[in-house]
Amino acid sequence: MEYFVQQLINGLTLGAIYGLIAIGYTMVYGIIGMINFAHGEIYMIGAFVSIIGFLVMGLAGITWVPLALLIVLVCTMVVTALYGWTVERLAYRPLRGSFRLAPLISAIGMSIFLQNYVQLTQGARVKPLQPIVTGVLPLFTSPGGFTVQISYLQIFIILLTVVLMAVFTYMIAATPLGRSQRACQQDLGMAALVGVDVDRTISLTFVTGAALAAVAGFMVTLYYGVIDFYIGFLAGIKAFTAAVLGGIGSLPGAMLGGLLIGLIEAFFSGYFSVEYKDVAVFIMLVLVLIFLPTGLLGRPEVEKV
Amino acid sequence: MLTVSGVHTFYGNIEALKGVDIEVGVGEIVTIIGANGAGKSTLLMTICGRPRAARGRIVFEGRDITHMPTFEIVRLGIAQSPEGRRIFPRMTVLENLQMGATVADPSRFADDLERVFTLFPILRQRQNQRGGTLSGGEQQMLAIGRALMARPRLLLLDEPSLGLAPLVVKQIFEVIREINEQQKVTVFLVEQNAFHALKLAHRGYVMQTGRITLAGTGRELLANKEVRAAYLEGGHA
Repeated sequence: MEYFVQQLINGLTLGAIYGLIAIGYTMVYGIIGMINFAHGEIYMIGAFVSIIGFLVMGLAGITWVPLALLIVLVCTMVVTALYGWTVERLAYRPLRGSFRLAPLISAIGMSIFLQNYVQLTQGARVKPLQPIVTGVLPLFTSPGGFTVQISYLQIFIILLTVVLMAVFTYMIAATPLGRSQRACQQDLGMAALVGVDVDRTISLTFVTGAALAAVAGFMVTLYYGVIDFYIGFLAGIKAFTAAVLGGIGSLPGAMLGGLLIGLIEAFFSGYFSVEYKDVAVFIMLVLVLIFLPTGLLGRPEVEKV
Repeated sequence: MLTVSGVHTFYGNIEALKGVDIEVGVGEIVTIIGANGAGKSTLLMTICGRPRAARGRIVFEGRDITHMPTFEIVRLGIAQSPEGRRIFPRMTVLENLQMGATVADPSRFADDLERVFTLFPILRQRQNQRGGTLSGGEQQMLAIGRALMARPRLLLLDEPSLGLAPLVVKQIFEVIREINEQQKVTVFLVEQNAFHALKLAHRGYVMQTGRITLAGTGRELLANKEVRAAYLEGGHA
């Protein structure tokens, strides 16, 4: 029981991170019907920007942790969003209206390019960061002596995710930008006919998706304390799995899928084998694609007239 | 107000418009009638830049809009209720109307909404219902209402009577007349329901396989032998 609760806490933390990345996949898919395979790399860039940010904070002598976290978080989101915007501009927009596979191939190319770009500019070695948010909150101790605990960092990650998802959900549901995004998702041509600047809306979708992935990168840097240029690949595919599990195109689905993937990974590591945790996630992907192709909250694809 | 001259439009290799010339004057209701596949809807969409005209010129209020992006054309004051209505199905009626107001002045939103609800009272009752759950007639009203929310000077209507019960058709045509006479909106109307359309319109064009074959006032075309034979006999008269 104690062990279960502990894995639950770990899984929620992981799930928050996957959920934030998954939103970017699902939003882009919803609007332009492509899987942005470079999205994992955007998350990786977010992790690198944040680690550089923390080093700069150290050099600048900003040692008050909440301030340093806030500055680095905001800078990471802005810089990474810029990357997201640029990727769309360079690699996808010129291919709009081309055959369906073209942007997908371009995305894979972009993914390889970004990996190599970071490897060349930052080096291939693993980058460490010493723990910034430390301390744990013991919850309870079992008669057997096992103490269930939640670290302050985990609390921070989960709370930040909840806040961001609430803000994001509000943005989609109630702001003019969110309405335009939903309109583009439902009928791109009609959205243009009522006067929506479709290109701008798509750009902003990439920007918001990248900003959320940046937060995930920021969290992972803090949580694991080591990153390298290759982390985007696995995390990207897992977040993609989360988006498919939740129902690609569905925002609540991406959040739910992320959470479930995090939990599956944590429980599988906890009860079976850490080495095969990735296998568990990808078996999930296979099962979902076979038995529930529309995902948990997805809609069946309806042919447009 | 709107001048289309020598416009050719292609879908892939298929030439849907083969040199179309039309003219719509301020305050007019102009209709274009013709059989399925004649290119009527393509003409309306080409005016909005989707697809673009391959050749020819489209001028609106003195400005060449042939190569303008769609959203900028809409901002100049052209709104369309397109073929198939194209309601945003998973948005509420109110949200659909808000989308229609994308290019309008936000401070006038409440007034414009009231105006649309007065024209189509059923939309007020349905305002929190999803667009996709409305009946065909209600969707048609919503599509026209959505276009009106933009406060257009030129309203493009694509087959507003399609698939509707005769009573609803009558109602919709009455609303079009009202919009034109009271709100001074110029209307360009594509119809298969030639009888109603020609009775309503000041002027009309007949389109056949991508070309304009006849033009005249509504009354002239209603009396024209060819028009009667092709579009009216055995029909609604």
